[in-house]
Amino acid sequence: MTMEAGNGAGGAFAFNAENVERLDKIISHYPEGRGSSAVIAALDLAQRQNGGWLPLAAIEHVAGTLGMPKIRVLEVATFYSMFNLKPVGRYFVQVCRTTPCWLRGSDDLTKAAIAAAGCGLGENSEDGLLTVVEVECLGACCNAPMVQINDDYYEDLTPEKLTELLEAMKRGETPKPGPQTGRKGSEPVGEWTSLTDLPSPSRAGAE
Amino acid sequence: MLSDADRIFRNLYGQDDWGLAGAQRRGIWDNTKALIDLGRDKIIEEMKESGLRGRGGAGFPTGVKWSFMPKESDGRPCYLVVNADESEPGTCKDREILRYDPHLLIEGCLIAGFAMGANAGYIYIRGEFYGEASHVQQAIDEAYEAGLIGKNACGSGWDFELYLHRGAGAYICGEETALLESLEGKKGQPRLKPPFPAASGLYGCPTTVNNVETIAVGPTILRRGSGWFSGIGRPNNTGTKLFCISGHVNNPCNVEEAMGIPLRELLEKHAGGVRGGWDNLLTVIPGGSSVPCLPTEVCDDILMDFDSLREARSGLGTAAVIVMDKSTDIVAAIERLAHFYKHESCGQCTPCREGTGWMYRVMSRMVRGEAEIEEIDLLEEVSRQVEGHTICALGDAAAWPIQGLIRNFRPEMERRILERKLLEQQPVAAE
Repeated sequence: MTMEAGNGAGGAFAFNAENVERLDKIISHYPEGRGSSAVIAALDLAQRQNGGWLPLAAIEHVAGTLGMPKIRVLEVATFYSMFNLKPVGRYFVQVCRTTPCWLRGSDDLTKAAIAAAGCGLGENSEDGLLTVVEVECLGACCNAPMVQINDDYYEDLTPEKLTELLEAMKRGETPKPGPQTGRKGSEPVGEWTSLTDLPSPSRAGAE
Repeated sequence: MLSDADRIFRNLYGQDDWGLAGAQRRGIWDNTKALIDLGRDKIIEEMKESGLRGRGGAGFPTGVKWSFMPKESDGRPCYLVVNADESEPGTCKDREILRYDPHLLIEGCLIAGFAMGANAGYIYIRGEFYGEASHVQQAIDEAYEAGLIGKNACGSGWDFELYLHRGAGAYICGEETALLESLEGKKGQPRLKPPFPAASGLYGCPTTVNNVETIAVGPTILRRGSGWFSGIGRPNNTGTKLFCISGHVNNPCNVEEAMGIPLRELLEKHAGGVRGGWDNLLTVIPGGSSVPCLPTEVCDDILMDFDSLREARSGLGTAAVIVMDKSTDIVAAIERLAHFYKHESCGQCTPCREGTGWMYRVMSRMVRGEAEIEEIDLLEEVSRQVEGHTICALGDAAAWPIQGLIRNFRPEMERRILERKLLEQQPVAAE
């Protein structure tokens, strides 16, 4: 991934008080002198604070905070796919394109998402709400095809269902994440073929 | 077929409470102190006797791996690192443990940590698993609160600290030394071995990296006895296993079954069968994207375990079963995987960095038939030059699906090349 327009233009960046506290706690998880172990967490906090992307100023701020050379932090920011080095829409839609999702129609999800955004892959919609990208396997293959939108997985999708979800988001609604077919997780549809004959624990407290 | 009484993952579908109260009702954290009281040697002996082989793909005997950790500390701390970077295409089993049974994993971490002399553990979870990470963190907090981990864990006298560490999107971090690099705050690029992590791993200290499922089954094996576990399956291929069934089946699902269940039984009993019936099956990738697909006829009676799949020139891998029916463009299906490996190559070793891109580009032409017949052999040859010539196994993983395609579906590759040539040779109709 290359640094593109938008970067360098981010202006100043500094962690807010909540994130300073969060980061201190995370750093305490590692041995003395191993604060750079928290670099991914620090970049993640910075990206969240900055509306979903990392300006160079944030990368430099993380380097300063953790006492790391700037180039090492930049290397990390460019190596991992979850860091965005240019601005993204409020809803960052990642369509899983790898074979298990593709076998169940992920290409059509991409088409539907592009249509809803009204712009190409990797571009931001005019209203700034949507960015659609294709990504590699997100690890929800029994619920294919699926997309990730910001932090949430939306699974067992059809193009029509995805269009509905994105239209709802454009209206400011927050559709329920997870499988969109009534499944809870990765159990088989219909009658269960296992776990039907357990000493039934109380269901109290179940989600 | 495995009976529910023999299933370890009893909240696989999230039907019950995933928190501490629910976990305790399912028998997790039941007198864990007694398991620790068995002592390091006995625990490792039981794990060896159980025949448990690592569930992350490589299938290395778990008890043997634990025994590589130093018996006496030389002053350096030891670490347990749990690989929850689940990213092998087709694989989505650890996710269910992380979100629906995190205490099963946490109890396993305590036992494994104790058995290898580690007073600290890190669970490295892929960054995209945000909700899953949230469940694991809440479960860790609950376990600390209840005195199950931390100082004098479960009243055993053993101190055990456990931390969650989130990644940020990189398949390569599922490779154990890349994972350690990432955990240290670097790019996830694999290290040369030796030294192996048990000698010098996280922060240069003795470390063992295990898959989530491997760690999670430990306490149940100890409670029920190695003989119970080794009595399921076949020798050298023992126990229960989570299978992820995706692709062209009627009911894709995760399910825990006996190791060695016939593929056909697995698909028909649990996944509602192949879409359009068994005769509509084209091929199966039986162990995640890195293993070669099977010839159609082999699918009829192959057993789902390490040894029988290896004999069939494929592998059990992560037991992620990707099913493709006869409507599948098999060349395009493998081309997608070639794109995956090109995208995920860390770029450190030249054969992989250059080879994955080259193989993807040739595969793209193969999908359209824009190639020469001889290029099939060239593709095979280049894949052999990538395989075995890189620091980690990503190079092998990129080569094997393509080799499997050529071995099993060469006529289809040739057919589209010839078809393309015929089309090109057709004279343009006269005006």
